[in-house]
Amino acid sequence: MPAFEPVLTRNFAVPDSQTLRAYESRGGYQASRKAITEMDPDKVVQIVKDSELRGRGGAGFPCGLKWSFLPKDRQETFMCVNGDESEPATFNNRLLIERDPHQFIEGILISCFATKAATAYVYLRFEYIHAFRIMERAIAEAREAGHLGKNIYGSGFDLEIYCHRGAGAYICGEETGLIESLEGKRGWPRIKPPFPAIEGAFRKPTVVNNVETLACVPHIIERGADWFKSIGTPKSYGPKLYCVSGHVNKQVCVELPLGVTTRELIEDHAGGVWKGRKVKATVPGGISMGVMSADEMDVKLDFEDIKKTGCLGLGTAAVTVMDDQTSMVDYLYNTSRFFAHESCGQCTPCREGTGWMYKIFKRIKAGGGRLEDLDVLTMMANNMGLTPGTTICGLADGAAWPVKNVLAKFRPELEEYIKKNQSSKPLVTPLQKAIAAGTVAEPVALGGRVYPAPQPALRSPGGS
Amino acid sequence: MSISFTLDGREVEARAGETIWQVARREGVEIPHLCYSPAPGYRADGNCRACMVEVEGERVLAPSCLRRPSPGMKVATDSARSKAARAMVMELLLADQPPREAAHDPDSKFWRWADKLGVTESRFPARHAPAPDVSHPAMAVQLDACIHCGLCVRACREVQVNDVIGMGRRGHHAKIVFDLDDPMGHSTCVACGECVQACPTGALMPSSVLDKEGRKSREPDRSVDSLCPYCGVGCQLTYQIEGNKILQVDGRDGPANHNRLCVKGRFGFDYVAHPQRLTRPLIRKPDVPKDADDFVDPSDPSTHFREATWDEALDVAAAGLRTIRDTFGGRALAGFGSAKGSNEEAYLFQKLVRTGFGGNNVDHCTRLCHASSVAALIETIGSGAVTAPFSECVHSDVIVVIGANPTVNHPVAATFIKGAARRGAKLVVIDPRGQGLSRHATHHLRFKPGSDVALLNALIHVIIEEGLYDRAYVDRFTSGFEELRARTFAFSPEKMAPVCGVDASTLREVARLYGRARSALIFWGMGISQHVHGTDNARCLIALALLCGQVGRPGSGLHPLRGQNNVQGASDAGLIPMFLPDYHRTNDPAAHADFEKYWGVNLDPEPGLTVVEIMAAILRGSIRGMYIMGENPAMSDPDARHAREALAKLDHLVVQEIFLTETARHADVILPSTAFPEKTGTFTNTDRRVQIGRAALQPPGDARQDWWIVRDLARRLGLGWNYEHPSEIYEELRGCMPSIRGISWGRLEREGAVTYPCPSESDPGHELIFAEGFPTPTGRGKLVPAEVSPPDELPDDAYPMVLTTGRLLEHWHTGSMTRRATVLDRIEPEAAVHVAPADLRRLGANPGDRLRVSTRRGSIELAARSDRDVPPGLIFIPFCFAEAAANLLTNPALDPFGKIPEFKFCAAKVEATGAG
Ligand SMILES: Cc1cc2nc3c(=O)[nH]c(=O)nc-3n(C[C@H](O)[C@H](O)[C@H](O)COP(=O)(O)O)c2cc1C
Ligand code: SF4
Ligand code: SF4
Ligand code: SF4
Ligand code: FES
Repeated sequence: MPAFEPVLTRNFAVPDSQTLRAYESRGGYQASRKAITEMDPDKVVQIVKDSELRGRGGAGFPCGLKWSFLPKDRQETFMCVNGDESEPATFNNRLLIERDPHQFIEGILISCFATKAATAYVYLRFEYIHAFRIMERAIAEAREAGHLGKNIYGSGFDLEIYCHRGAGAYICGEETGLIESLEGKRGWPRIKPPFPAIEGAFRKPTVVNNVETLACVPHIIERGADWFKSIGTPKSYGPKLYCVSGHVNKQVCVELPLGVTTRELIEDHAGGVWKGRKVKATVPGGISMGVMSADEMDVKLDFEDIKKTGCLGLGTAAVTVMDDQTSMVDYLYNTSRFFAHESCGQCTPCREGTGWMYKIFKRIKAGGGRLEDLDVLTMMANNMGLTPGTTICGLADGAAWPVKNVLAKFRPELEEYIKKNQSSKPLVTPLQKAIAAGTVAEPVALGGRVYPAPQPALRSPGGS
Repeated sequence: MSISFTLDGREVEARAGETIWQVARREGVEIPHLCYSPAPGYRADGNCRACMVEVEGERVLAPSCLRRPSPGMKVATDSARSKAARAMVMELLLADQPPREAAHDPDSKFWRWADKLGVTESRFPARHAPAPDVSHPAMAVQLDACIHCGLCVRACREVQVNDVIGMGRRGHHAKIVFDLDDPMGHSTCVACGECVQACPTGALMPSSVLDKEGRKSREPDRSVDSLCPYCGVGCQLTYQIEGNKILQVDGRDGPANHNRLCVKGRFGFDYVAHPQRLTRPLIRKPDVPKDADDFVDPSDPSTHFREATWDEALDVAAAGLRTIRDTFGGRALAGFGSAKGSNEEAYLFQKLVRTGFGGNNVDHCTRLCHASSVAALIETIGSGAVTAPFSECVHSDVIVVIGANPTVNHPVAATFIKGAARRGAKLVVIDPRGQGLSRHATHHLRFKPGSDVALLNALIHVIIEEGLYDRAYVDRFTSGFEELRARTFAFSPEKMAPVCGVDASTLREVARLYGRARSALIFWGMGISQHVHGTDNARCLIALALLCGQVGRPGSGLHPLRGQNNVQGASDAGLIPMFLPDYHRTNDPAAHADFEKYWGVNLDPEPGLTVVEIMAAILRGSIRGMYIMGENPAMSDPDARHAREALAKLDHLVVQEIFLTETARHADVILPSTAFPEKTGTFTNTDRRVQIGRAALQPPGDARQDWWIVRDLARRLGLGWNYEHPSEIYEELRGCMPSIRGISWGRLEREGAVTYPCPSESDPGHELIFAEGFPTPTGRGKLVPAEVSPPDELPDDAYPMVLTTGRLLEHWHTGSMTRRATVLDRIEPEAAVHVAPADLRRLGANPGDRLRVSTRRGSIELAARSDRDVPPGLIFIPFCFAEAAANLLTNPALDPFGKIPEFKFCAAKVEATGAG
């Protein structure tokens, strides 16, 4: 295999890499010029299709195929670029925007030309104020230089790019939640069909793509589909930015061909596990993808192989490492809290399911767990999400997978924890608090009427 | 356009637009559903996931409530996967519910589905149950039962377009909130109750059925389909009854209301059971003289009246009328019928006056609301009714609402207007006061009160001078164009701008908007009609529509919003002094002859006097006796003190009522009659829809049906009437009213509502009329120019403010019913004058302080309310409060054509009384 040459990050170290001058001096905007002046849109779509570029936002959907779903007779198309990047431990989009905004803009430009979109919205994570400012500047520069605006390169093609900041909700990274939010509504994912390609932003045909996906496009145009397919593993072609975080010595974002292993990432790029400890588990691509055990460190991190581990997918390829002193109860407590907080609350299985998972883990952690909780959790995890087909969007899958994987791979540890950690103190109820504080117990203030006491647990811990 | 697909292995057909759920229901396959309501107007939202089905070849399950089948699709409603998913949804939702024994509504849709699916227990922990919110007088919010289906949000935002309820917070903390999470009773909720009707769980319920614990403790034992007794919208509803008591009211899917109701219709029903109901005939005690300022306690009339038997009371009532008739002639008697009564009652009443009294002095409150509109409509297009139903506005590009406040006075009609505006129709509101529709309007012209004609003429000017009118239509269907053009030539927007206080460019913009609209509908109300130039106002609006050809097509038309539930029907039935039934002039020889034959008596051809004229005639001494059925002129007439003097001066006054009203104080005989829910009859709404209302309750004590009382009084005046049922009276009316010939009583009983004109039984009825000309002698509509005339009484140094009057959402008219409806009076309990915040500051008064409002006719004291919708210099007083009757202040000056008083404008003075 020839030595891998980074392309997406090749300008990162260049001084003033954010400026148009620096970008153009490194051959920037040549691909867009070539595409717009020498090709027709369908040709560009075809090249991207041929490259088998798969979406980098999480789902890995073939990019060219998605573009070809747009209705042929459409009048108006919108491009929405997904820069919400809220998946925990993921930060490659931020670097792509902050370090090389023009590469990103060129990607948008070519993709909009291919999809005949005259308006692109870049939806940025609320916290990315720095990236937002950089983008605003870069867009102004690009417009000034004629890469954006009316009649670009004399081709008759027009494009405006607008940046839109989110308001701090994970769910607005889901493509239809993003569209709703962009339209000024509550970020509630839409029910599909219709898919955005048919009816998206402002009810018009719309393409939603991740920042990194689009950043690949200029390189594909410049070097060709075959070049792209020469990188990576079967069905997972091209370069990818992997983020590594957690219990490692060096937290990094590196560009590598798709299909490296977790072990390579940790040992070759992240300086190994910290404090000389061992790996207990890793998260392959953002917490919604589930968990791999230490035995699975040699599985290739690409779109296909990873599924053998029972994980949901590659996700954002943001690897989080947990050392051997990490408690899986803490881990689940944390992830479930995240999803209960971030569920949009629209559909029953997710709104209620994420809430209960969190509550159950909170109770287990506090020393009130029961063994049968684990069965209820498995049942719940198996029944929420797009995979069992019960929810509106994939957030619920993300909430279910960590639970499912941990229960499959680390159940003994959880059972052990429950048995060992039975709090001697009963959990304090609001009523008990009121009594202890000597205040008058006002049922209304305590949140409702007094109902018959709940049934006692069917089995006691450790008693089965 | 139907397609076929497979449902549980069976080949089935789906009609255009049908969802899988709808097809399944048609095919008899039950699929659970919680967040979906098949009621009209409710969008499927697909959030609860209780209706999931499996589609072959698809990765995820599909919500059947939302998903439309495609040809050849294979759908399984009963696959193991879909059944498991649905059961889990129920189990998840069940966990949060209060236990069945403590359920707010153990028969809710939610529990019924839980039973059907056999889900009785949940393995999941319950969430923190929010505290109940009982801040609203009519509805209880108990969100521990809420399943977050969002039906209430759609009810409030999409169906009623009130935008109060929202889903607050996120994820597991999601919560139904009112405004910014305010208690319901403190929110901007207008208590339409739509959310309560929509909620599938008992989280939102009418308080009337709950016990102290918030549990449903009362069950109806029967239900009766009827109508709402209040406004002209004509909502259909169902009374839920326990014993002889209305427990709850539900909206029904009538053509006018599509299940919707407003606060009055839904919660304003317990007036019928008020202890002050009249239950025995009363006769004035011989030693109690009449006095205009007299007060009689409605709870204890024994100070002035004694109880009597029906025979005695009717004998006394008839004897007085007979004596006056035989001594002074039929024209010395007069009768006021009521637009609240049925068509049968109106018909019978006017027949009694015309054939039993022997004159035409019969009128009712239409005189006070739309007489000028009707005068203008009859003059120009030959018909006094609307040309299109209000719901037609959903097809309009442009909707103009002028001098009307539909969110308050026609709340359910307003939901259609708001909905249309939300879907993109341009809404132009023209009114000096801000109002509920302003928020939805593209333009709100807050012009100077009283300058209506100047403003409207400016619009006509632009439409003519800029060539925006429809030449072909004007040529073919109108007359008088050249004169209109010449007479409006001087009214350029630039000249009119200072007169009406709206800048010229806005006037031009609105004129162009209307002139260029593909379809445009004009709504107007009493802000147009209740002026001395009321007829002129209406002429201008009609001219606008005729110029632009905006009549008779979908989405276009003229719609004077009728006030009372049966003001259209009462007018149709001839309850007006110059018209016999079906608008035949009393002095039209042919009609006169026809009716003499139809009724078999000689008739007086001379038109009678109108409401305000009758009052003047009493004071002059030419009218000496009156029979008043269900009207309250002592509250509703302008310069009410003057009206009360007149009533007190009568030698003989018979009042037929359900309460001892301000009018009944002056009666010689009071005849206790039935309230709306106690009677069966037909009523014609603002859309010309004839609908049937059915008796739901037994009248209290010895109260009698109104038609029975009129009949028995008539018999004592020598008329040999023997009607035994309202249907016989209706059929007699139908016999002399060709426009309802096709609407038999039997048909109404079957269909509930039919819109006239309807010439035959097989005709479905006609909603849009006058597509091809008008019922005038020439077949053309007449364009009648109007001159600018000022209001009768302009502000001056002594009376520097302008007083305008009207209604409140919660109170109907003079308040005799709604002030006695517990919920309504709790929401709006106190008389208040609405003042602009700046004026209030200038007076040195705070909201809630007592103010004295005086005009040349009288003075009242009431609380101050700061109201940003009122422009400085104007004050607004609702006329429903007996303790501070606005009509003691109003000016009785009349419009010369419609004889309607100028309720909307008089000079007034406001002073702080110092008392807080
Ligand atoms: C709960 C949820 C959150 C998501 N968040 C993101 C995100 O932050 N950024 C992103 O690019 N895609 C996110 N996605 C994936 C998008 O829905 C969508 O698949 C993606 O933007 C498509 O772009 P691509 O095809 O270029 O990957 C999320 C999906 C789900 C279900
Ligand atoms: S799965 Fe969760 S996040 Fe997605 S729509 Fe349903 S409730 Fe919202
Ligand atoms: S009663 Fe009507 S206005 Fe009030 S919250 Fe319910 S739907 Fe909205
Ligand atoms: S209050 Fe009722 S209608 Fe509203 S979301 Fe809750 S369950 Fe649904
Ligand atoms: S009824 Fe279909 S999802 Fe709720």
